[in-house]
Order: sequence, then C-alpha cells, then structure tokens
Amino acid sequence: MKLFLKPSSPAGLISIVVLMFVFGFMLVPLYTVFCEVTGLNGKTSGQYQGELTNEVSDNARTVTVQFIANRNDNLPWQFSPKQEVMELMLGERKVTSFRVVNTYDKAVVAQAIPSVSPAAAASHLHKIECFCFQQQALGASESKDMELIFFIDASLPGDITKLTLSYTLSDITGTDLVDM
Amino acid sequence: MYEQTKTAHHGPAKGLMRWILTTNHKDIGTMYLVFSLMMFFIGGTMAFVIRAELFQPGLQLVRPEFFNQMTTMHGLIMVFGAVMPAFVGLANWQVPLMIGAPDMALPRLNNWSFWILPFAFLMLLSTLFMDGGAPNFGWTFYAPLSTTYAPPSVTFFIFAIHMMGISSIMGAINIIVTIFNMRTSGMDLMQMPMFVWTWLITAFLLIAVMPVLAAVVTMMLMDIHFGTSFFNAAGGGDPVLFQHVFWFFAHPEVYIMVLPAFGVVSQIIPAFSRKPLFGYASMVYATASIAILSFVVWAHHMFTVGLPLGGELFFMYSTMLIAIPTGVKVFNWISTMFKGSMTFETPMLFAIAFIVLFTIGGLSGLMLAIAPADFQYQDTYFVVAHFHYVLVPGSVFGIFAAVYYWLPKWCGNMYKESMGKLHFWLSIIGVNLTFFPMHFVGLAGMPRRIPDYALQFADFNMVTSIGAFLFGATQLLFVYNVIHTVRSGKKAPQKPWEGAEGLEWTVPSPAPYHTFTTPPAASEK
Amino acid sequence: MRYFLRFVLIYLIVYSSNVLAAWDFNMPIGVTNTSQDIYGLHMTIFYICVAIAVVVFGVMFWSIFHHRKSKGAQAAQFHGNVLVEIIWTIIPLVILVAMAIPATNTLIDMYDSTESDIDIQITGYQWKWHYKYIGEDISFFSILTTPQEEIDNKVRKNPNYLLEVDNALVLPINKKIRFLFTSNDVIHAWWVPDLAIKKDAIPGFINESWTRINKVGTYRGQCAELCGMHHGFMPVVVQAVTESEYEAWLQNQKTAKLAETASAQKQWSMDELMTTGAVVYEKNCAACHQANGLGIPPVFPALNGSAIVQGDAAEHIDIVVNGRQGTAMAAWDTQLSAVEIAAVITYERNSWDNKTGDIVTPADIQAVIDNK
Repeated sequence: MKLFLKPSSPAGLISIVVLMFVFGFMLVPLYTVFCEVTGLNGKTSGQYQGELTNEVSDNARTVTVQFIANRNDNLPWQFSPKQEVMELMLGERKVTSFRVVNTYDKAVVAQAIPSVSPAAAASHLHKIECFCFQQQALGASESKDMELIFFIDASLPGDITKLTLSYTLSDITGTDLVDM
Repeated sequence: MYEQTKTAHHGPAKGLMRWILTTNHKDIGTMYLVFSLMMFFIGGTMAFVIRAELFQPGLQLVRPEFFNQMTTMHGLIMVFGAVMPAFVGLANWQVPLMIGAPDMALPRLNNWSFWILPFAFLMLLSTLFMDGGAPNFGWTFYAPLSTTYAPPSVTFFIFAIHMMGISSIMGAINIIVTIFNMRTSGMDLMQMPMFVWTWLITAFLLIAVMPVLAAVVTMMLMDIHFGTSFFNAAGGGDPVLFQHVFWFFAHPEVYIMVLPAFGVVSQIIPAFSRKPLFGYASMVYATASIAILSFVVWAHHMFTVGLPLGGELFFMYSTMLIAIPTGVKVFNWISTMFKGSMTFETPMLFAIAFIVLFTIGGLSGLMLAIAPADFQYQDTYFVVAHFHYVLVPGSVFGIFAAVYYWLPKWCGNMYKESMGKLHFWLSIIGVNLTFFPMHFVGLAGMPRRIPDYALQFADFNMVTSIGAFLFGATQLLFVYNVIHTVRSGKKAPQKPWEGAEGLEWTVPSPAPYHTFTTPPAASEK
Repeated sequence: MRYFLRFVLIYLIVYSSNVLAAWDFNMPIGVTNTSQDIYGLHMTIFYICVAIAVVVFGVMFWSIFHHRKSKGAQAAQFHGNVLVEIIWTIIPLVILVAMAIPATNTLIDMYDSTESDIDIQITGYQWKWHYKYIGEDISFFSILTTPQEEIDNKVRKNPNYLLEVDNALVLPINKKIRFLFTSNDVIHAWWVPDLAIKKDAIPGFINESWTRINKVGTYRGQCAELCGMHHGFMPVVVQAVTESEYEAWLQNQKTAKLAETASAQKQWSMDELMTTGAVVYEKNCAACHQANGLGIPPVFPALNGSAIVQGDAAEHIDIVVNGRQGTAMAAWDTQLSAVEIAAVITYERNSWDNKTGDIVTPADIQAVIDNK
C-alpha cells in the first residue's frame, strides 16, 4: 500500500487520478449534506421525523409565511397557492394547499421542488406532510389540491420575521430520478 | 564543462514519421510549442471577431448566437489549446535539460499525450460546422444552459474535454515521475531550478483537478443522455452544484496556467540581473502555499449565487490570503533585481512586464476578493480585464520570455534582438490599450459576454478593439522572428546570456538530439 | 501667482467632474446606503492597491534605472534576508486584516433579514424579466423596447439604447423592499448597479436580497449571467417614486387590469389587430422567429410560409397558447393577454408571404383558454 501510493511512481500517480475522479462524484452527496446542514439554496430536509407536541407556548413569536408557486420551462399548467400569505406562531401546526391544473390533453408526472428564503430559515421549517415528497401523477386535464402540513420551530433566528416557501413545478414525465 | 559525445547516438529519423513516432523530449516539446502557437492564432482570430463586433454599438458583423459561440470557443481554445500546451512544451524541452536527465521518464506516454491533442481540438473545432452551432454557453459552461438548453454539439465538446484532460494528466504524470526519479546525482529537491519546482507543483495540481473536470463533464453527459439529474432541480439535483464542482477544478486551473510562468520569470530575472535569485526557499514555499490555497477559494467565483453569510466570509478571507504568498514572490523578484547589474534583452523585458502587469492583475484580483464589492464587479468587464491581465501579460508574456530565452539553445541560432524588442514594445502598448479600458467599462456597468452594449460604453470599447487589433497583428512579428531564427539566424554560443545559470547551458547550442546520456555533475545550480 | 494656481486647480476639479459625467469610468455611488458603503469600500481598497503599486513599482523602477550594467553597476551577491522576508509577510497580512474588517461589516449588513415592507418576486425568463408584487395581485413582464432597426444600425440609437423596457419595476423610496429571485429556465442574474444588487436567479430555487432606495429616479441595469442567445438584450429598469405616487400607480395597475378584460369583449378590426400584432411580435417573437419571419432553423422554425401558420387556425392558436413541449416555444397565455395573442396570430397569418386573410379575435383565444 505504501509503495502503491508513492507519489513518485506512475502507479501511485494514476491512483491519485482515479481517487480524484471518484472524489468529483463524491462531491454530489457531500454537497447535499452540506446543503442540509447550512440550508444552502434554501433546501429543506425531507419529512419531519421528530415528536409532534402540537403545543405552542403562550409567548411564542408570530411570523409571516409567504407561498410562491412557479412553473418551470414555460409549462402551461396552472399552479397557485390557496393562500398567498399567512401568519403563524412558532411551533404552530398549519395546513394549506396548492392547486394544480394539468392543461395537457395527456397524463403527466410532476415534481415540486421546495426552496425556502432566507436560507437561514430553511432548517427551521419542518414539513409533516408535503406534496413535494412524492411525484404527482396528473391525468389529462385533471386538477387537484395538493396538501402541505408544516410548522416552524421556536429556534428560528430572532431577526427573521418573514419567510418565503417556494415550490417550482416541473414536468418529469419519462425521466429517471437519481435519488439524492 | 560537459562535453557531448556526438557519435554515440543516432540522430532523428527523417520525414513525417519522425514526428508521429518520436519519443524524444525535444521533438515532442517542439510539437507542443508549434501546436500551441497555431491554437493561439485560431483563438486570436475568434477574439478578433469578438472585438470587431464590439467596435461599435449595434450588431454589425455577426448574430448574437454566433457571438456566443466565439466567446466560448475563444476561451476554451486559449486555455486548453494555447496556454497549457505551451507550458507542457516548455517543460518537455527544459525539464530534462535542467535536471540533467537524458529524456522524460515515460517517452511513449509522452508521444501519446501530445498526439491526443490535435484530435481533441479537431473535434472541438468541427462543432463550428454542426447543426445548431458550436458550444455557446461560455467556457465555464454553467448548467442548465450547457445541459438542457445546449446545442447538440455539446456531446462532442464533452468528449473533446475528456481527451484534453487525459492528455494533460499523462503529461503531468510524466513530468512528476521525471523530476522525482531522473535528477542528476547530487541535485536535491531544494537545489532544483525554480522552473522545475513550479512545474512539479503545477503537475500535482493537474493530476488533482483534471479528474474533477472529467467527473463534472461526465455528469453533464449523463444528464444529457442517460436521464440523470445531477444538475437538474426537477430531478432532485442542483444547478449550483455544477458551479461548485466546476470551480473546484477551475480555480486551481487558473494557477496551473500561471505557476510555470512564475518559474520562467524566476529563471530570467536572476540571469539578466547577474545575481542569484533572492529567497529561493521562500519562493518554493510561496508557490506551494498558492497551490494548496487554490483548493479552498473556489466559491469566490460564486459570490452572487446566494451563499450563506458564513460561506461568503470564509471564501473572502481565504482568497485574500493568497495575496500574501503572491506578494512574497513579487518582492523576491524585485529584491533580485535590486543591486544587480541589469541588462535588458527581450526575455528580460518580457519578464519585467510580467511582474508589473501580473501585479496589476493581482491587485484587481484582491479587489474582486472583497465579497460585497464583488457584487458590483461580478460578471462585468472588470472581471474580464482582471483575468486577461493575469493571463495575457501574465502567462502569455511568460511564454514569450521563455521562448526568447531558450530559443538559442533549442535551434542554435540567435533571434533578431531589435525585432524582439519591437515585438515587446508593440505588445505592451497593445495589451494595455486592449485590457486597461475594460476596467472602466466594467465598473461603469457593462456585463461580459454581450454582443452589443449601451451607448455610454462606446468610446472605451473602440479603444479596446483598436488595442486588440494592434496586439494581434504584432504577434505576426513574433512568428516571423522565430521562423527566421530557426532557419537562418546568426549562430548562437553555448551560453548566450552572460548571467544565466543551470545545466541547460552546459550543452552545446543547438542542444544535440540526445543530451546527458551520462549524468552531469550538479554543482552548477 | 497663487491666485493663478488656485484658478487652475478649481478649473481642473470642475473640468474633471464634467469629464467624469461624460465618460463613465467608475462604479456608480448609487442611491442606497448599501451601494454607498460598497462604493466607499471599493475606493478605499483601490487607493490601498494604488499605494502598494506605487511603492513596489517605485523600488523596481529605481533599481532598473540605477542598477543597470550600462551604468557600471556591480552585482551584489546576497540572496536572502530572513528579517526582511518576515516583515514583508506580516505587513500585507496587516493590510489585509484592515481591508477585511469594513468588508465584513458591509456584508453582514447586506444579510439583514428583518421585516420588509414590500416583497417582489423576480423571475428570469429567456430573455425577459417577470415581476410579481406579492400580496397585491399585480404581475407583469418587462421586455426590451429598443427597436430592431436601432440594433441593426438602420436608424439613430436613442440615449437609452438597450437599457429601456416596456414595463419598469416601480418601487417606492424609503421602504424596505425584499426581492425574491428565481428562474423559469436557465440561470440569470438581476443587476442594478445603482442599487448594488446583483443576484443569481436559479431555476428551482429562490434567492433573496433587499434594498431601501433613497432617491427618486430611474435606474437601469442588465442581466449579468450568460443565459443564451439574447443575454445582452434583457435589461432591468427600476423606477423609484415617492410613496404617494407608488400608491397611485398600484391603483392604476388594478384599474388597467379591469379595462383589459373589457377590451377583450369589443369587436376588433383587421387593421387594429395587425397594428397591435406587429408591436407584440417585435417584442416577444422576433428574437427567435426573426423580424422577417424566417426564424433560425432548426431551433427556431420559420413562420413565413409555414404550414401551420398558413393552415388551420385552431392548431396555430393551440401552439401559441399552450406552447410546444420539448421545444423553446413557450405557452404564451401566461405571458400575454387574449387581445395580444389574437393580434399576434392575426399578424403572423397575414404578414410576409402569408396571406390567409384570417382574423383571429380575442374571443377565439379566450374560448381556448377557458376550455383548458
């Protein structure tokens, strides 16, 4: 092993090359972990796993949450939040929904991508149930209300009083997904 | 003094096959240099198209889609086709001569790593004639513009990048193995000439980051053809990830293009100051620290992408730190000149211009490192000015200096000094006329990579274009001078430079086809 | 004599500030506190760099003039000095720390995420911007209005060449405005130098930034991230107005929306549709399909002589309204009104060599949209 990794032999150098090539791909999961830790890009973690106390302390702060619905690649679908802005207390469990209409005359599969701003708030917004966890199959001309249940934990940094949760809807019919 | 036994070895084979089959480091070095010069002119022609279109506001010569192809191809060709092969060519010629080795350690590999290149660039250039045109997404090829929204030729672009990468990696492996194993007896690492040192460090950077470039273009290929979603948000990927991986490669790449030039200047300044290099050990450590720091600064290219505050601060501080080792190098060069006995032949002129103009590029780099101010500089002509200052009067002048310095050794003839000086002065005027006004238009708000611009940028753009035409035309003088020297120049002595030191000056001019078949003594550093 | 010098000095200052105005060659000071901080930072660091350059190059050129062989200089043989080397490592470090402190403060200030008064969502499209006033039910596209003739050098260019749009982003002064950036396709970057905001708009994700404008005025910028063919042709125009003017503008926008619905009901003549259609085509379609309708095949097909344009109107309407999946053709019902779509389809069917004589009315379009 010692001999193999000697940086002065061609074999040692080639193994560095191979390692670095693999490292290039390793950056993908590393980056995902990094995003989850720092909330980079406003990426939220997956389904909330913790205990649900549903208790809101009396002196909890109130914050404003805005919902934004975007469509990617000029899709002709209609996609909008049921409620654009809501006030809620930290720790309070809220239910809302987004309405989507498939205007194609054929069935499609859609995927919603969540993003939170400011990014520092991303790790404090927890989704108990979200339509973004699954791919959404939509029949031709079908419309549906997609549910979101979430709360914001009490450790949200004090200077954040307003946060935005954005969903971008993409057509992923016929694409394989890399699980990341 | 070392005497070459001329009869013991056969000379080169005759005709075309000499060049195709050669494993001789001097032949391969020559091929690299000639190839690089050709690419320099092809890339330069594209710059000419860009500057001609930007001569005045409005669209005159080309359409926006072709303009984007020109900026992309100009960047790719200059980086991968002109600057990098030129330095590999210099290494091929000089590393064995400077460490007293008979040839490179892996001569056949050397042949392959060169002969991949013409095919890689033929493939890249052929995309210009394809349906949908050549790559048009900038040399930084950000996803998703280079994946979902790319022209069909992107696949050829990816394969061309793979081939260039393999060529560079093989070249780098060869250089490292040569330096570690083939130094003449008695030459310790800390006695190697600076050019050899900088190339050793560069070669390590190459084998560390070229595989990362290969990985990122492979991910692109998979996204485009195999339905993965590394960079596609819809499938769970992230377009920003592309930029992280790309710049993890591309920032060290920037140093790959300039460290060997540091080495060249560190050879030339002492030679023409007739004084030893000041602070040899600190030069080595500074170069190594620049190389190591280059791995932790990549996101300073991405300050506007929306990094968290902690990230912005980290990359701002780490980037500013690079100023210290770079400063040490500049101070060392100036201290070498201080109290020397200087003469100003063409190599020295280019080396001095390198120090001055590279430092200007370094200082604008320091300004760019300041994250809040970078929000105003990012993606403007200020950035274009900055990196052209470090690459043209930096890397390219370094190459010119090296060619003038070693050409007498390579071909045995002396170049025309007066024409060399003319080339220098016209280049200096051309370079500054081209790139200095770019600082102004950038600060005033002109974004980069646009085929047409608002009226307030018109005057400076015209100056820039005139400068670019002058600089381009001047390079014909260089070509003429080199060809004239090789074919019919005045005979050069074994050591044409009074103050030059090193083993390469102990062999005759021109250097025989085979040198150092028995190891020389390492006393002369 | 002193009098004369003073005159010269004053003349120079006045003159140079005139030149400054005529030849933009520095970063704008801008109209927000942040932009002024950044300008200060930029100038401070610039002067430090100039000072470093003067000292370093000063020593170098002094050596070049005095220590040359032609002047009989003898080369010294020293090649190191530990003390000097330590000093010139520490001095830059101190300078860097001095630079980093104000930079860090400005940066922290820019990341302030306290309550905003107005929230605007900015979406980048190839090649235009979309603005949405969150909570106000106002949203619109902002598209370059510079005529193609000016770009092609056929007529004289106006002073705001390439920096003018149909609908500017209207913002009140003295209010904290929060911007949310995202993109519909590739990465764009929204940049207004006078506000010192440059932020990438990334598909799938949102980024944010904020501003508080101090001064009424019109501020112009451009897309800063290469986003394809017409990257150079998607400017940003911000119009900063007083608070009361802003309120009036909001009211106007809401009334205009009602009026638009009404105009879809009225009877449109061929001439009216052709006139409106020509304008809509120039702004929205000409970038890809070209002013002469010949397109840039194979990516952007020709409309002149096209089977679809000359054929059944229903299919033509379908493509314009719903876009075409897997191509660059957008679904225009989200971007244009029924009147505009009707006008542009009528225009396409009766321009160049296309002579169908068809009139497509806003009611036809509305019917297709309603049936979706």
